Amino acid sequence: MSKTGTNRVKRGMAEMQKGGVIMDVVNAEQAKIAEEAGAVAVMALERVPADIRAAGGVARMADPTVVEEVMNAVSIPVMAKARIGHIVEARVLESLGVDYIDESEVLTPADEVYHINKTDYTVPFVCGCRDIGEAVRRIGEGASMLRTKGEPGTGNIVEAVRHMRKVQSQIREIAGLSEDELMVYAKNTGSPYELLKEIKEEGRLPVVNFAAGGIATPADAALMMQLGADGVFVGSGIFKSDNPENFARSIVEATTHYEDYELIGKLSKGLGTAMKGQEMSTLSEADRMQDRSE
Amino acid sequence: MVKIGVLGLQGAVQEHVRTVEACGAKATVVKRVEQLDELDGLILPGGESTTMRRLIDKYGFFDALRRFGQSGKPIFGTCAGLILLAKELDGQPDAHLQLIDIKAARNAFGRQKESFEAEIELKGIADSFNAVFIRAPYILETGDNVDVIATYEDKIVAAQQDHYLTCAFHPELTDDYRLTQHFVHMVEDSVKKLASF
Repeated sequence: MSKTGTNRVKRGMAEMQKGGVIMDVVNAEQAKIAEEAGAVAVMALERVPADIRAAGGVARMADPTVVEEVMNAVSIPVMAKARIGHIVEARVLESLGVDYIDESEVLTPADEVYHINKTDYTVPFVCGCRDIGEAVRRIGEGASMLRTKGEPGTGNIVEAVRHMRKVQSQIREIAGLSEDELMVYAKNTGSPYELLKEIKEEGRLPVVNFAAGGIATPADAALMMQLGADGVFVGSGIFKSDNPENFARSIVEATTHYEDYELIGKLSKGLGTAMKGQEMSTLSEADRMQDRSE
Repeated sequence: MVKIGVLGLQGAVQEHVRTVEACGAKATVVKRVEQLDELDGLILPGGESTTMRRLIDKYGFFDALRRFGQSGKPIFGTCAGLILLAKELDGQPDAHLQLIDIKAARNAFGRQKESFEAEIELKGIADSFNAVFIRAPYILETGDNVDVIATYEDKIVAAQQDHYLTCAFHPELTDDYRLTQHFVHMVEDSVKKLASF
């Protein structure tokens, strides 16, 4: 008797991505560049986050034609984004056969209150988080992988750093709590108690946690690894730079060898211009994608 | 205590480290070629084989890994590691390290939604073993000197040829250490054998 869609199979898939880079792509050609550069997976979208920002309006699941085109172009796993709470977009992506669904704040949320009940699906989900409460609520809903939210499409690493540091320091905090302090901690952070207990016992999250939202250079990727990320998502940072092949390859290498500074120095030499970044204070409240869900 | 490396370029590296340590051997993450010299055995973990191959080439691991195997030191490849070890790959003109005489097919069980876990028998190792298959490959053909260790629905999913061991599933994702223990014994035997030359 074989079983599909178990936690072990869904979380295990993310374990295999560790130490790797997942790249946003909008067509088959970019997907091939990403695979060739050593990406562990690609995220098929209609537009990268920086362009979603620029275009404004409602951002939805990509046209299935784009997703299928990417799936046919590469042998590495293909992920795709569904709007938060959009059960049907997620089911459509699952039926297309994508390997992972990102229930993502980069798209315009379909539901302002509820996330998708991800335990219902055979396909695994990745979700964004800014702190431990958000992280364990998503795991509670069935997410098999997490990523820090950062601030997508800005090319500014500051929010990704804030979120990774927050999650990591809270994990350490939980490990040091006594049993009788744990319930109040659960109440204060809005975290499912059972999951906090598991984190306390293991000293780590029960799923893989990547960094995302603002990674633009090899040094950015290495920084996130050093802060405890299991791997990185690069959205606009590759195909909005002036030399995507170079950026893609260099970010892959810097992620593997994140403590080899001489190498990262070499990788950063003559790399070309990174995507143009945005300072956080220039974003209005409505522009902040990270605040679209909790 | 034997020392077993886990190739740490990408993939489920820490899980193998934990499993090796649980089997009573010393484990180390290998990121540089020089580290291979200190090892008695090596594990090529699960992950993305295309990514690993690119980094293997980039950091001069290719010839070093082949030499490591040819010197008689055991290598255990799981999932992507099986693909790296195979002599031939279905539908691909170039295989990778070509150390074990098998022909394998990538992602042969399908995409992620077809990924599964199942109880299988590991010949001479375990009557029942919970095997986790993730976008897993399987073995299409084996050479004369290859022992088939496990099949699932008539597909070969684990095999051994002399000091090379390979499986399509992920023993590092469960708490059943018997297959890794088998590999640790292979490494212990090889240390004795290589010392007697």
